Amino acid sequence: MKQSLFESRHQADWQTFSALLDALARGKADRQQCKLFAHDYRRLCQQLALAQARGYSSHLIEQLQQLAMRGHQQFYRHRSPLGAQLIGFLLGGFPRLVRAEWRYVLAASLLFFGSLLGMGALVYAFPELIYSLVDPEQVASMERMYDPDASRLGRFAERGSGDDWVMFGYYIMNNIGIAFQTFASGLLFGLGSLFFLLFNGLMIGAVAGHLTQIGYGATFWSFVVGHGAFELTAIALAGGAGLKLGWALLAPGRLTRGDALRLAAARSVRLIGGVIVFLLMAAFIEAYWSSMTLASPTLKYLVGGGLWLLVLAYLLLAGRGTHAPD
Amino acid sequence: MPSSITTPPAVPHPVLDTRYQVETPEGIDLLLRPAGLVPRALAFAIDLTIRGLLLLVLFIVLGLLGQFGMGLATVLLFLVTWWYMVLFEVFNQGRTPGKQLLGLRVIHDDGTPVGWAASLTRNLLRFVDILPFGYTLGILSCLNHPAFKRLGDLAAGTLVVYRDLPIARPVLPQAESLRAPFALSFSEQRAFQGFAERADSLSSARRAELAAILAEPLQVPAEQAEQQINGIARGLLGST
Repeated sequence: MKQSLFESRHQADWQTFSALLDALARGKADRQQCKLFAHDYRRLCQQLALAQARGYSSHLIEQLQQLAMRGHQQFYRHRSPLGAQLIGFLLGGFPRLVRAEWRYVLAASLLFFGSLLGMGALVYAFPELIYSLVDPEQVASMERMYDPDASRLGRFAERGSGDDWVMFGYYIMNNIGIAFQTFASGLLFGLGSLFFLLFNGLMIGAVAGHLTQIGYGATFWSFVVGHGAFELTAIALAGGAGLKLGWALLAPGRLTRGDALRLAAARSVRLIGGVIVFLLMAAFIEAYWSSMTLASPTLKYLVGGGLWLLVLAYLLLAGRGTHAPD
Repeated sequence: MPSSITTPPAVPHPVLDTRYQVETPEGIDLLLRPAGLVPRALAFAIDLTIRGLLLLVLFIVLGLLGQFGMGLATVLLFLVTWWYMVLFEVFNQGRTPGKQLLGLRVIHDDGTPVGWAASLTRNLLRFVDILPFGYTLGILSCLNHPAFKRLGDLAAGTLVVYRDLPIARPVLPQAESLRAPFALSFSEQRAFQGFAERADSLSSARRAELAAILAEPLQVPAEQAEQQINGIARGLLGST
């Protein structure tokens, strides 16, 4: 068949298909029109293959290729309901993923919590050690924040009452930023994640040890115990995700480094999805519960302990059922 | 789901330019045109400006609301810093406003539209592309990769490609339909038709020069070669 005959025979189909694609791209196509989409798209692909095999001119082939490309974009678009997916992920997918990646999570947790506790104990035993890590001005401001006489606790304590909103915003910005950095820098062969895990562990440990040592322990621990359950776990998880990226580059196994990285990234970014949820909850607790001075320290310890148990139980036990929650 | 391990694209005939071929499940090849460093940097600069202006306006307006406004502004600052790119790419067919202005689009390696996971990955890993300063790693990776990928694109398996512009129908030069004096292969057929379709964009001297190359195999004098080629192209196209 000559090209002009082919063109004149199918031109009308191509024009309707193109109009449908326009409507789809603007999100204004109605159901009835789309019923034949798959059929039309397959027919177009067949016509493109025919045109190529018959050596028709570049212009026709390019035109069909563009149509096929646009059809492909619409056909393979993901339109799954995000809400249901998210709930399924939180109910079962996330803890299962954390357990499946337990090696990286364990390594990151050991690095982070190990350096935190170790540094805490060291600073508690040798108080002057804190000045080799944190500069004196910061130490002084930390001491002001957790002064047992203050009416509100935590960062922004000096701003006085009322602005829980400011704190909420600040915590989100700051903490999620740190978690994202810890994850992303894992791409540098895992070195960045290592650095951020150790650095944050050492800093938090040093401050905790110092404040306990000078007798501000009650205010400090009762402040951090609640949101710490979510915040510290989230940083360890983000570090684990980053280490997974780095490890894929260091030891790609039988895959090429590029493929290994892509597979690892697809899984670790889901970990980060869970980390974001954790950090949102941490910011909420930190702004609205931890900073309250009304609740007694005992109550805060109880609630905090409960939250730690909750987080651990969630990560270890949730999603073990035989039925996937849907 | 896009297949996570993509086989290297099958290359039926090597391409001279930077086009990137993807074979679809329907058994056809999509030709994508990856965008290079300069348009991508421009698109990023535009997005950066838009974000800057947006934040400026937000802080001025919300600043009037006092403490509550400042809190809200911080949350929005977070959204704009980390989610601007992701939300636009997922909800606006892979295009942030900057990319849209420059006619660019983000897609998966296999040509499918970009989804949440890939978009989040490529934009979170931007943090590494920025290192050590001014996108150094990203630029080096982009210049070094045949499809101009930065590190985030490598990990997420995404590509930034040019949007296809609608092509105008070329007008073939007037000539009488002729049959080729010898059997033509498909690529030769396409070469004849390509010459006729591109006649408008070539100067007459260049057309004559190109056509003269074929004067001998077509067994015509050099000055008639162009007319002869146009005739054969007409003949290949056929009458309607």
